[in-house]
Amino acid sequence: MSDTQPISYVRDTMLGQQEPPATQRGVVKWLRENLFSNWLNSILTLAALVAIYLILTSVGPWLLNSIWDAESLRECRDILDGTPGACFAVITDRWHQLLFGFYPPEHYWRPVLALVLLLIALAPILFAELPRKMLYFSAVFPFIGYHLLWGGSVWFPISVFLGFVAGYIAFRALAKVSALVSVIGAVAATLVWWFFIAGPFDAAMYSVAPIGLEFVRSESFGGFLISLVIGVTGISLSLPLGILLALGRQSDMLFVKTVCVVFIEFIRGVPLITLLFTASLLLNYFLPPGTNFDLILRVIIMVTLFAAAYMAEVIRGGLAALPKGQYEAADALGLDYWKAQRLIIMPQALKISIPGIVNTFISLFKDTTLVVFIGLLDPLGLSNAIRADTAWTGIYWELFIFIGALFFIFCFSMSRYSMYLERKLKTDHR
Amino acid sequence: MSENAAAERNIDTSKMQVSDELAIQINGMNKWYGSFHVLRDINMSVYAGERIVICGPSGSGKSTLIRCINRLEEHQAGQIIVDGTELTGDLKNIDKVRSEVGMVFQHFNLFPHLTILENCTLAPIWVRKIPKREAEETAMHFLEKVKIPEQANKYPGQLSGGQQQRVAIARSLCMKPRIMLFDEPTSALDPEMIKEVLDTMISLAEEGMTMLCVTHEMGFAQAVANRVIFMDQGQIVEQNEPKEFFNNPQSDRTKLFLSQILGH
Ligand SMILES: Nc1ncnc2c1ncn2[C@@H]1O[C@H](COP(=O)(O)OP(=O)(O)OP(=O)(O)O)[C@@H](O)[C@H]1O
Ligand SMILES: [Mg+2]
Repeated sequence: MSDTQPISYVRDTMLGQQEPPATQRGVVKWLRENLFSNWLNSILTLAALVAIYLILTSVGPWLLNSIWDAESLRECRDILDGTPGACFAVITDRWHQLLFGFYPPEHYWRPVLALVLLLIALAPILFAELPRKMLYFSAVFPFIGYHLLWGGSVWFPISVFLGFVAGYIAFRALAKVSALVSVIGAVAATLVWWFFIAGPFDAAMYSVAPIGLEFVRSESFGGFLISLVIGVTGISLSLPLGILLALGRQSDMLFVKTVCVVFIEFIRGVPLITLLFTASLLLNYFLPPGTNFDLILRVIIMVTLFAAAYMAEVIRGGLAALPKGQYEAADALGLDYWKAQRLIIMPQALKISIPGIVNTFISLFKDTTLVVFIGLLDPLGLSNAIRADTAWTGIYWELFIFIGALFFIFCFSMSRYSMYLERKLKTDHR
Repeated sequence: MSENAAAERNIDTSKMQVSDELAIQINGMNKWYGSFHVLRDINMSVYAGERIVICGPSGSGKSTLIRCINRLEEHQAGQIIVDGTELTGDLKNIDKVRSEVGMVFQHFNLFPHLTILENCTLAPIWVRKIPKREAEETAMHFLEKVKIPEQANKYPGQLSGGQQQRVAIARSLCMKPRIMLFDEPTSALDPEMIKEVLDTMISLAEEGMTMLCVTHEMGFAQAVANRVIFMDQGQIVEQNEPKEFFNNPQSDRTKLFLSQILGH
């Protein structure tokens, strides 16, 4: 420091708050940082603008000139008279089929009510803030949902439900003996109820009190109804099954381990469509003649098994990512295997696996469209059926856009939810 | 323990009494990893109230020994009796022993998805079936004891290493164990955090807890331990009370080891 400069300094006027320079604030700053930060970025921005312009000018008029009200494709073309334009009249005309298939129109309220109840049942599972008592409703929803959709004797879902009750009673009664005995007892009680008591109970109760909604055959199901029934059931069953398979694969018990490995590798090695054909054709050969085994149910089983095998591998990845110390700490505190899994291991492994799990869910949901190949009328199947009508032959885009948009809504919500969940469960503060 | 070392650190030795009740008894115990003989003919008795420090070079089997005591590792020959229960394949016995024996690990092993309080109440609630309210009170009591009650609602990832290790100790204590095992509890910590953890361990010792510590903190051994065990190549080479052990080691291996760790 030079001696000529005085060291002491006192500020006499205080400066007021000032705006940052024009290039460093607001829109200009954002543009500079995000779109034109360097020459490569600028070129890409311009290219993107050109692409967006081209897409808008070609698709825009087609969408803007959409016809929503017409009886047939021909009528649409007459109205448009040569100008490009979409003919969404097909959706106005046939939306009910795309959504419900050939479900009897006077009963449309049943699937709609089932969907609303489904959302209510899902809410407490998806959002932990909601009161835990709502989970009781979630537990009985499958039976309510079944009855709403298929109808028939109300005693049938009740008797199936009572099978679980019987299992629970057996579990509680035997819990004092030992954990293993109580689980075996619970499974045995449930199976005994289902196979020997449920049928007669249903018949007896129905003859006394014949209540129930009108029966709707599985063949009438179609459209998004079928996608949702298969997708939602498959998703909710494949997660627990996948967890069990992943644990089984890590088990010390050779038999359990072998069964799980063989199952997972077999299912993963076979295309889903093969499994679906097996469900629709081959099972008829193996099942005793005359058994009427619902096609939708068979498809649900196959789709569930398929997704569960993938799920198991995704979860195994999560398990492998956990440090050994977590297992040791759980052991050292005296937690038994199932408690350690439930309280320590699974919450962490599942959290790690959320992206993979949701991936599997989404692909399962989209794979439901494959059932078109075994003759079930999912939305794609129905689009073929609609085109078979002379009024709508030759219409493709409009149907696919509608179907695509609906699938997108479901898949995108799943993806968003998983991101929300990941953020919420983030406790490691890295 | 050596009286001087204890006095120097203001340690209250009044409750540090060794009773003649056996806490752990190990007879002719051997363990192999595959064909590698890690623990060879281990014999030792630990009486209630003893504070034992186990030391020895890396790979000598110290961790393996104390992990055998709560059956994180299985031994292949000999007997381990903890608090009157022999460790065999019987799962009931193993769970019983584990709920009586607390363990603190080198890397803390807290559950990162649970808050500090939940870490501490989990085992009491699920293993001991204590009502949640009561378990939380106990947990707060022990968190106060390890001097971090204000962190109860944070997650382990938000705490320093020393704080995490103290939580780990509190978590074990919440099970009201009769014996505590420590496997190098301070060796993953920075020097200033080592002291806070050692202080916690000392206060445990002052209350008469039976402790087995694998540690290289020789100051702690001198002040708190009533017995130091030196292991090498899977065997107990020498054991003695700390004063004798440090001032007058008998075996050449012990001398070499002590010169190495006390040398710098
Ligand atoms: N799971 C295992 N499988 C095979 N060998 C092992 C296993 N765990 C430890 N060992 C071996 O057993 C020996 C004793 O290990 P141990 O962890 O008990 O040593 P230690 O005395 O605690 O050492 P350190 O001071 O480094 O912690 C070592 O040679 C180690 O390589
Ligand atoms: Mg070790």
